[in-house]
Amino acid sequence: MLLIPCPHCGERPEIEFTYGGEAHLVRPADPSTLDDAAWADYLYMRTNTKGVHAERWRHARGCGRFFNALRDTTTDQFLGSYRIGEPKPALSMGEPR
Amino acid sequence: MPESAVRDVPELPSAAWLGPLPPATRLAFQGGSAARAAAARIFPLPDAQDVCRARRDGDRAGLWLGPDECLLIAPATTGAASLLGELRAAIGTNAHSLVDVSHRQVGLEVRGPLAERILNGACALDLSLDRFPVGMCTRTAFAKAEIVLWRTEAQHFQVEVWRSFAPYVAALLQEIARDYVG
Ligand SMILES: [Zn+2]
Repeated sequence: MLLIPCPHCGERPEIEFTYGGEAHLVRPADPSTLDDAAWADYLYMRTNTKGVHAERWRHARGCGRFFNALRDTTTDQFLGSYRIGEPKPALSMGEPR
Repeated sequence: MPESAVRDVPELPSAAWLGPLPPATRLAFQGGSAARAAAARIFPLPDAQDVCRARRDGDRAGLWLGPDECLLIAPATTGAASLLGELRAAIGTNAHSLVDVSHRQVGLEVRGPLAERILNGACALDLSLDRFPVGMCTRTAFAKAEIVLWRTEAQHFQVEVWRSFAPYVAALLQEIARDYVG
């Protein structure tokens, strides 16, 4: 079974987690000033990365916390995880943990 | 304790290695470090850094469930209303949430030399003593059910499960145990 590193609890089985999509998307401060294309871009358009992807997870059947993780979408390997509010780590720091 | 806390508790099987635990008073606590420290003055609560650890004092225990979440367990003779009152007085104006969940879940004990193996029949955590030591607790999954698993002694685990899932968890434990205890 795939082990996912929760930044609070450590490595835990994947069945304890739910996926939350791409990380670091910032909601526009005033959506009413956006045109439809810009709003649709925020709502729907994702990078669909092949390779290292920053994404949200929730340790739903564990500590309950959302966090961000770096995962290689071609191998499913997790390179690391970090708490909400922490900046995306530089890739050179992406040691498995 | 509200009457609902002792009514309609599902009839659960027991065996040498499995037993339902008596009704208990249970509170769900959420709060930051200030509220936690204030509550810890009158009730055993793990620190925020004590990840997946329970703190016990006599027959009271506080279980770390998350960085700002704990499950408090006390004997049913300690009424939820009085315990809530004591804790609220101790916590004062520090932001927190404290909810009586006594009736929401039941406790099961899985014990004996096969306890680890039986639980691992439907729980994916490494339950060896060095990876899941005495005093460790966590919310996790047991097959389709969410549980809180707490190792109270080397060969004793307490399983906290929502009451409507309890017959399912107990039956599945028995089904798994048939491979080991016939
Ligand atoms: Zn966690």
